[in-house]
Amino acid sequence: MDADIVCVGFGPAMGGFLTTLSRELQRASGSTSLESMAAPGLPLQVMCYERADDVAFGVSGVVTRARAISDSFPGVDLAQIPMAARVSEERVIYLGDPLGASRRPRWMRLADGAVRKLNRVRGSQAHAIELPWTPSFLHKQGGLTFSLGQFNQWVANQVLSTGTVQIWPGTPVASAVIEQNRVAGVRLLDQGGPGMEVRAQLTVVGDGPVGPVGRQLDEQFGMPDGHHQREWAVGMKMVVDLAPESQLRPGTVWHTIGFPEPEIFGFLYVHPDRVASVGIFVPSWFDSPVRTAYRYLQHWMLHPYIWPHLKGGRLRSWGAKTLGESGRQGEPCLGGDGYARIGESSGCTNVLTGSGVDEAWLTGVQLGEGVIELLRAKRPFTRRNLEDTYVQRRRRSWVEAESMVAAHARDGFQKGVLRGFLGMALAGMSGGKLTLRGEIRRPQDRLNGLEEFFKGRIPAAELRTMRERCSVEGKSLHGALMEMCGWPAIPYDGQLLVSHQDALLMGGKVQAAPGGEDHVVFLRPELCEVCGARTCVEICSGQAITATASGRPTFDREKCIHCGACLWSCAQSLEEGSERTNIAFRAGAGGLHSAEN
Amino acid sequence: MSDFFHIVVCGGVVPDPLQTLEPATTPGTPSLKNEGMLPAVLDPWAGHALYEAANLAKQFAGSRVWLVSLAPRAKLQQVMMTVAQKVAFELVAVDGPAGGFTDATETGLVLAQAIRGIAGLDRSRLLVFGGWESASRGAGITLQIVGEELGIHDQFQGVDQITVEANGALKVLERIEGGRHQVSECAGAPLVAGWATGNLPEPRNDPRVGMANMRGVMPALQRAKSTKLSGDGVEFLEVSLPKQQRQTKVVEGMGREQIAQEIVRWMQG
Repeated sequence: MDADIVCVGFGPAMGGFLTTLSRELQRASGSTSLESMAAPGLPLQVMCYERADDVAFGVSGVVTRARAISDSFPGVDLAQIPMAARVSEERVIYLGDPLGASRRPRWMRLADGAVRKLNRVRGSQAHAIELPWTPSFLHKQGGLTFSLGQFNQWVANQVLSTGTVQIWPGTPVASAVIEQNRVAGVRLLDQGGPGMEVRAQLTVVGDGPVGPVGRQLDEQFGMPDGHHQREWAVGMKMVVDLAPESQLRPGTVWHTIGFPEPEIFGFLYVHPDRVASVGIFVPSWFDSPVRTAYRYLQHWMLHPYIWPHLKGGRLRSWGAKTLGESGRQGEPCLGGDGYARIGESSGCTNVLTGSGVDEAWLTGVQLGEGVIELLRAKRPFTRRNLEDTYVQRRRRSWVEAESMVAAHARDGFQKGVLRGFLGMALAGMSGGKLTLRGEIRRPQDRLNGLEEFFKGRIPAAELRTMRERCSVEGKSLHGALMEMCGWPAIPYDGQLLVSHQDALLMGGKVQAAPGGEDHVVFLRPELCEVCGARTCVEICSGQAITATASGRPTFDREKCIHCGACLWSCAQSLEEGSERTNIAFRAGAGGLHSAEN
Repeated sequence: MSDFFHIVVCGGVVPDPLQTLEPATTPGTPSLKNEGMLPAVLDPWAGHALYEAANLAKQFAGSRVWLVSLAPRAKLQQVMMTVAQKVAFELVAVDGPAGGFTDATETGLVLAQAIRGIAGLDRSRLLVFGGWESASRGAGITLQIVGEELGIHDQFQGVDQITVEANGALKVLERIEGGRHQVSECAGAPLVAGWATGNLPEPRNDPRVGMANMRGVMPALQRAKSTKLSGDGVEFLEVSLPKQQRQTKVVEGMGREQIAQEIVRWMQG
């Protein structure tokens, strides 16, 4: 099939692109302003293919200044979008360890002691301290907190109502069609019949940090010199119906550091009508081979500073996603012959301010403006022309300026949490002039075996026995190890504190059509057999990857929520020196069915 | 003897039942909180009818399938982006409120009028399909009213299977109590069938089918006439969601045998 523009993925970046483009394609008279090259006489043919079963099934914990989004909708009160609220209060909170189970460096133990003393003086049981000052680069004042799912739904409504663009959900794109170093379109996933080829003059790739098309282009065309995508995190969240007596105001924004592990950050954003989004980020530089986000999320919720606000609440929705945390260092080739990259996988996330949605939106708008310019001038979508229009717009914008400030802000985390925080503060307050630069290691090089990680805490023989027992009994190794290290069992209440599997059913409503090929593939099973870490099993947000006695994991595609954390949590390089791990994360349908994340 | 069928499937859109649905009280009629922003799907009961219609049409050359849908145009457009990938059909769209808190008679009359307006429809070969039930707030009688309005007296509800006999007669299996079917036979079209679940799985998405359908879907959406349902004479006394069947029980240290026994006890009622 022939189209003019084919788009891969529908998220904030594609929303910005299609909003900008569709307005140009629609004239009040009903006539078309830009004619199709693929079908002369017809309007421009624009197709967008989204992997998830609905455009609203995205995941993010969003608090944003919404500068670019607001610019796209002048005169529209974005707070009217369901679940959106203007930011009314921002706090950064240091959470102490009330359990004595967290792995804490000396400075953090000292900090915990100081927090305890201060809390004692104040008569507080919170084991936490609100930081008296937060740097301006972290503020989102005047911005919004919202649900990405509801936002995407709203944007898709606006775009589809123009009748100029087709957005097809439930249609994963398997790969780009590349001919003589030029992208000539895409091939859709085989979902029963052979995957259809859609040829187009321009392929817009916005399929997110673990999208198969973006990664294919990176492999095919390479990354710019010195650029790499080695920093990741999995963000896991719950949307909670707060108890009627909750005092949390809409627009409340909390960020936490320090607990449950020093490397794990948390957030709580309050929507209207006593609904809140809560979640944590587990980064790739957290070297634990057993880093199950779900269990950590529950311990974070149970922290004495947080729990009084969540107690009595009810799980409304749940989800997880990978965040590409390389920022400017992970920026790929933004445009080439026949293709352009926008959104998170184009390296626009600001890793200093922790902001990505607004930045992604703007990159889409910039590409939209560039494409309109080229179409009007009847210039082809070549690398040079896209450089002149889209990339130049991006380079001149605040996204570029701010991403340069942030470029090396987080390098310090490679060598510890304290160094990481210092690096962020230096970069943020000096406008990026001062940084604690350092080498960013491949995530697979950071992961050693269990024995190495628990050295001095759990004897190696005991670890082996425990691993074997958990494998036989089908139990979570991570859970068993946490309990051995002093983490208490989760007091399930059946409505907010529920088992991981219940969260999939009650919150994520995870579904996949039966049949279809596995989209998570262990490329060289022999590497799995000798892997001492098996982090893919423990990190899996949907418990879709399970261990077997042979060491070769199994994958259940009907439980996968497509977070993609297995991809960068694999401890094995596919080949010596390769950036690629032993896991292939391909296109696949299904996953989360919640529109509120 | 003609052996083709003209199958018209009546199906509205409903809020995706997987989402959090909260009834809200508005000055006019009841509604759901943020209903406009909830993802919508083709009513699953009507979906079964559509898949069965497409399957039947495939078996008899010259058959055609229409989907007649009374729904808000923008919402219907979104739903079509998924449904159109499933099976081949022609859309007849009527722009109006989503099902549920409407008067079934009014809805039935609008649908019947839309069916009468289908160009080239051979009413002697007409099969009117739809859902026996609705995942929204349907009264469960809309399809019967459509049939009566069109003068079709052979009506079947809770249908799980229709087979065409060698002599052209239609053998219909209707669901009755005790997991059994009532088997009926009628001479042939026209007929109204309110489908239960049928026997077919949901077809996988096929972008080729989607693109072929979309050639007709977009013009049909643009042609969709707006209709207002007055709702006069209908009063809603109470609104509630279906009772949640799920019951979570937290039990520590229960053995496999005990769990199995508990499940068996539960199944035995």
